[in-house]
Amino acid sequence: MALLEIAGVSKRFGATTAVDDVTLRLERGAFFGLLGPSGCGKTTLLRMIAGFESPDSGRIVIDGVDAAGLPPYARPVNMMFQSYALFPHMDVAGNIAFGLRQERMDRRRIAARVAEMLALVQMPGYARRRPHELSGGQRQRVALARALAKMPKLLLLDEPLAALDRKLRAETRLELVGIQERVGITFLVVTHDQEEALSMASCIAVMDRGRLVQTGPPAEIYERPASRLSPNFVGEVNLFEGELTAGFNCLALAVTGFPEPIPLPSGTQLPKGGAAALVVRPEKLVLSHAPPAGFAIAATVSSVGYLGGGSIVHLATEQQKALKAYLPGTAAGAFGRGTRVWVAWPAEDGVILMQ
Amino acid sequence: MIPPRAAGWFGLGALILGFGFLYAPIVLLVLYSFNASRLVTVWAGFSTRWYGALLHDEAFGAAALTSLEVAAMAATVSLVLGSCAGFSMARFARFPGRLVFGFALLAPLVVPEVILGLSLLLLFVACESWFGGPSRGMLTITVAHATFGACFVSVLVRAQLTGFDRALEEAALDLGARPWTVLMRITLPGIRPALVSGWLLAFTLSLDDLVIASFVTGPSATTLPMAVFSSVRLGVSPEVNALATLFLCVVFLPVAFAGWLMARAERRRQLTQQVRGE
Amino acid sequence: MTGLGRLGRLVLIGVPFFWLALFFLLPLLIVGKVSLAESTIGIPPYTPLIAHDGRGLKLLATAANFALIASDDLYLRAYLGSLGNAALATALCLIIGYPVAYAIARCQTGRRQLLLFLVMLPFWTSFLIRVYAWIAILEPNGLVNQALTSLGLIAAPLPLLNNQFSVELGLVYSYLPFMILPLYGSLSNLDRSLIEAAADLGARPLRVFLGVTLPLTLPGIAAGSLLVLIPAIGEFVIPDLLGGPDTLMIGKVLWDEFFNNRDWPVAAAVAVVLVAALAVPLLAAQRFLERGHAR
Repeated sequence: MALLEIAGVSKRFGATTAVDDVTLRLERGAFFGLLGPSGCGKTTLLRMIAGFESPDSGRIVIDGVDAAGLPPYARPVNMMFQSYALFPHMDVAGNIAFGLRQERMDRRRIAARVAEMLALVQMPGYARRRPHELSGGQRQRVALARALAKMPKLLLLDEPLAALDRKLRAETRLELVGIQERVGITFLVVTHDQEEALSMASCIAVMDRGRLVQTGPPAEIYERPASRLSPNFVGEVNLFEGELTAGFNCLALAVTGFPEPIPLPSGTQLPKGGAAALVVRPEKLVLSHAPPAGFAIAATVSSVGYLGGGSIVHLATEQQKALKAYLPGTAAGAFGRGTRVWVAWPAEDGVILMQ
Repeated sequence: MIPPRAAGWFGLGALILGFGFLYAPIVLLVLYSFNASRLVTVWAGFSTRWYGALLHDEAFGAAALTSLEVAAMAATVSLVLGSCAGFSMARFARFPGRLVFGFALLAPLVVPEVILGLSLLLLFVACESWFGGPSRGMLTITVAHATFGACFVSVLVRAQLTGFDRALEEAALDLGARPWTVLMRITLPGIRPALVSGWLLAFTLSLDDLVIASFVTGPSATTLPMAVFSSVRLGVSPEVNALATLFLCVVFLPVAFAGWLMARAERRRQLTQQVRGE
Repeated sequence: MTGLGRLGRLVLIGVPFFWLALFFLLPLLIVGKVSLAESTIGIPPYTPLIAHDGRGLKLLATAANFALIASDDLYLRAYLGSLGNAALATALCLIIGYPVAYAIARCQTGRRQLLLFLVMLPFWTSFLIRVYAWIAILEPNGLVNQALTSLGLIAAPLPLLNNQFSVELGLVYSYLPFMILPLYGSLSNLDRSLIEAAADLGARPLRVFLGVTLPLTLPGIAAGSLLVLIPAIGEFVIPDLLGGPDTLMIGKVLWDEFFNNRDWPVAAAVAVVLVAALAVPLLAAQRFLERGHAR
């Protein structure tokens, strides 16, 4: 039985539909990511799972128990808040122990659990400090420890890394995954950061404007986006729109203005004549000075942006279409501004999207 | 733009004149309380004889005691009533009679005291004629002071609740605390500065009130302001100067403490916001 | 908040509501009722509203008190005098308080808190005693006259006490903090870049003040003015201690009518007219403060 089942849940605020008929399953022990841009409804969905909002329709079932009507303090779910929400008038130990005191756990066990949690987030010795004496990263750990202290069945994390600086974010990501594996609790992380979701989660659900757009493992979300929304949001893409037509040995996409139709991946089974879109990731593009064998597009380099580990090369085709290529290392050195190049990619690396 | 230097001098001048105006009478009172001579015109040397006279004055002593008792009781009742009212106005967006309630909470702050005093006296007199009601004295003064004290407290509590981070309450609920526990252990401690300064404010206002007390009191109860008033109607009285200085000390300390508390809470809150924004 | 429960809500709203209804709203109604009664000997010294006169219940309301107020020009002069004094005091508080608030708003944050605290501190010390302090300063043998005489600037003591001047001085002195605080609130929220933009566009300092600063601090000016004007109209202590025989303020008239003449119905009628006169600014004040909270 899945740990969390969300069936047909919707929520409206006045005229706006924040969550629109979302259905989701979370397996036990998973590190689940809910990914989407601001305003897509992911936070509302999170709050409904925690019990701070109630759905207008649909059901939320936590570990076999229908959560309808259950207040937040009666659910086996704990939340780590985006603002951390540490109680300012209690010290760190008091914060972590708060939930345990509500369970009427005896004093000695509470003390032991608090020490255990502090060790887990690598902050032993901070028990007597007050929240205003801690740095942002330290507060985040205390918030995590506090939410884990009760060993809930499901831990909700609302944009856990949003307030941290870049370097800290990367380190904390790894730590969170490590902690989750050690503790074995099911995590549900809500984030707008694609990198975060892709690197931490074992399963991702993409949301946009209240609807669930795609669910699956990170690689599938990235490599095989199911709709136009996913790829536009998750990573950079090159997008071609046109009509399905016959090509050389395979199905191809006829795009207005381009001399030849673009070959599609060889397994593609679709009726000719329909409208479709093709998505190619920048890192799949190959640039060359001489025309390669096989399909290629002529373009001119408009700018090169050096990122340290590689470069983003912006190109403009003869049809005034903008393309982006990502070249690793210093390979982009061979292509300065104004250079005429040929752009190609393995046909298998393109992804067809139906409208 | 006003040239910085000119603005600086103008500003400094404004501050000096303004604060000088505010504090000159107070400073003078303190000075003259140590004047050996009774007359303001002559400085006869440093003396504490007026403090001695004051401490031996039984009328003032009894009045002071009455005032302190009334103020303590009224402040406590004000705190309870005002906190409930401030909480209701801050948290419950709609309820029947909210408009009237809001008016009843703000009007006593601005309505002239003679009207408040007169209306309350008429109420107590009506009570006496209908129920043989409570006889006027310390009880009625306490009730009157608690009424306008509650209004002041409600303003403070409401203001601090409005800035209170609701996420703290949600976190507590999420961790298993029931709403009543959240109120007692999270919300009330969170607005402690408003509660403390509210009590002190109500205490000070009660201690200082002349008009309302004069209306609603009975033959047995004389408050300190009433005693001072009858004394000064006849002219300058050096005992009153000594009283004023003592008063300043007694009032200054708790108020300074309350101010320090709220400043510390504000600094903490700003620190929290700063680090969160990093 | 997720359910304190209906009982909890009822208690939190109901208890203070009941108290205020009983000790604020009901008394005001009783004042209205007494203003329609006649003065008699007895306890209470006014006639009841509804009486039995053998045949049934009868309403004993009379508008005589209001007629008295309307006819005797003492009351009219007192109302107008109060309004005039209060208005003048409000204007003076504004003129004095604005520069002070401006100067405080320009200071650094730490010092600002201290200065604001110092502005409020006199308010915490006894109002009565502070007003009384001015007697020692203003009386014929008081400090000011002493200083001026010893400097040879005057021959005879100036009449600084028991007149219009001392009453105004007392009003301004007592209510100044109530003007400074809202003004400071408005000024501190002022966006400096607006002033800089105006200067950058060529406006001279006076123009900047009149065209940008003043209009933007209008809410603070309005709030401060209401906080001074309304209580000042009904002020009693200041006209009594610092005023003279020709000082006519309605608070003092009400007190005298009540304590000296023992005419409760007339005092009540005076109060009713005063409340009616204050109703408009009172509602404006409430609307104002509520809007502050909505923001």
